[in-house]
Amino acid sequence: MTKEFFSRGFLGRRREVTEAGRLPPGQYLTDGFPVLSAGPTPYTPKDRWDFTVVGAVETPQRWTWDEFQKLPRETVTADIHCVTKWSKFDTRWSGFSLDMLLATAKPQGQYLLAFCDGGYVTNLPLADVTNNKAWIVDTYDGAPLPPEHGGPVRLLIPHLYFWKSAKWVRGLRIVEEDQPGFWESLGYHNYGDPWKEQRYQGD
Amino acid sequence: MERTALPRRLEWQLGQVVAIVDETPRTRSLLLDVPNWPGHTAGQHVDVRLTAEDGYQAQRSYSIASPPEERNVVLTVERLEDGEVSPYLTEVLQEGDQLELRGPIGGYFTWRVADGGPLLLIGGGSGIVPLMAMLRHRAAQHSAVPARLLYSSRAFEEIIYRQELAQLAAADPTLMVTHTLTRQQPPDWTGYRRRIDRAMLAEVAWPPSEQPQAFVCGPTALVESVASALVDLGHEALRVKTERFGPSGGTA
Repeated sequence: MTKEFFSRGFLGRRREVTEAGRLPPGQYLTDGFPVLSAGPTPYTPKDRWDFTVVGAVETPQRWTWDEFQKLPRETVTADIHCVTKWSKFDTRWSGFSLDMLLATAKPQGQYLLAFCDGGYVTNLPLADVTNNKAWIVDTYDGAPLPPEHGGPVRLLIPHLYFWKSAKWVRGLRIVEEDQPGFWESLGYHNYGDPWKEQRYQGD
Repeated sequence: MERTALPRRLEWQLGQVVAIVDETPRTRSLLLDVPNWPGHTAGQHVDVRLTAEDGYQAQRSYSIASPPEERNVVLTVERLEDGEVSPYLTEVLQEGDQLELRGPIGGYFTWRVADGGPLLLIGGGSGIVPLMAMLRHRAAQHSAVPARLLYSSRAFEEIIYRQELAQLAAADPTLMVTHTLTRQQPPDWTGYRRRIDRAMLAEVAWPPSEQPQAFVCGPTALVESVASALVDLGHEALRVKTERFGPSGGTA
């Protein structure tokens, strides 16, 4: 119905050639790093922090902060895309591969819930966090991840809208049936593929 | 896994600009007639999509300023100097033009009279917009839920909805509106003249024992410091809802 429509007098800012093919539909490129969250930033002391993999797993896992820091690290450079329309190219992170964190737990279900300080939860298919697609990161651009960006650690799942890359993540609960997380229960898309522009329910 | 019913997609639709109100030198309200508007809750936003003649498109999100009770959907837009969409909305768009949008979006940063209170609204700059929808909704419902607004602006002329806020507060003993002006104050200004801080919140906000529902909206720095200060003062984090506003190119 609105195919013929154009906005009288709108010229817009044309993308540079370097953006071609890297910017998902409806997104714009930013150099900043906007902060978005639904509530106050939680501050959990490191001596009370742990990371767990629980639920439908063969062997539940738990790491303290010190144990976590001894795990093998990977560095990741990725483009990220927020559902609020900004994208940021070549963000640099360091952290721990979910392949490694899940390997010893041996998940028995096909879905998971990432749970966080502050009560935030997001849901994901296991297939989207395995095979070199997801990390728990504690370092952004060479420095410890600031609290407002999810520090001490956040999920990093660059191929989905960034609300899936949960801040302040404290663990993963493997489940057999998918169940919507926080934003997924509040009108946002259950899966969130930026290339299919899956922003809201029904997209 | 299968779902019993597929949720309905939020379709793009055309609204018509029926009026434009200059709120401040940098801020305009667009009153839109949206024929198939499904209704909304105070605090929600819409996505706006602009299309150039050659098909190039740009999308942004804007909070809804109007309460659900109002016929028009009102967006209040602040012009960002290096913005792509807000300069068009605040300088080019005219009465009679059409604007493509879809919504309402967002089910968390919302308030209905039935949600009760007391209501604690804290805003900075154009972060007032969703909070104004809540106050307008509250007024339209003649609600007696006690409400307090603490609103930070850079200068007196930049206070969005200044007169309407004064009128609402004058007519309603259960509503308290407090301003702070952070950069420039008129000579006779007797109010706060600094950024919102813990001491100001201790003076103006409801005490934690009243268990207010807090909504904080503004630039990231304001939201971060206010939300942390509220938690620090003893407010339960789950009752502090936040929404960030403003240009995405900042140093955040």
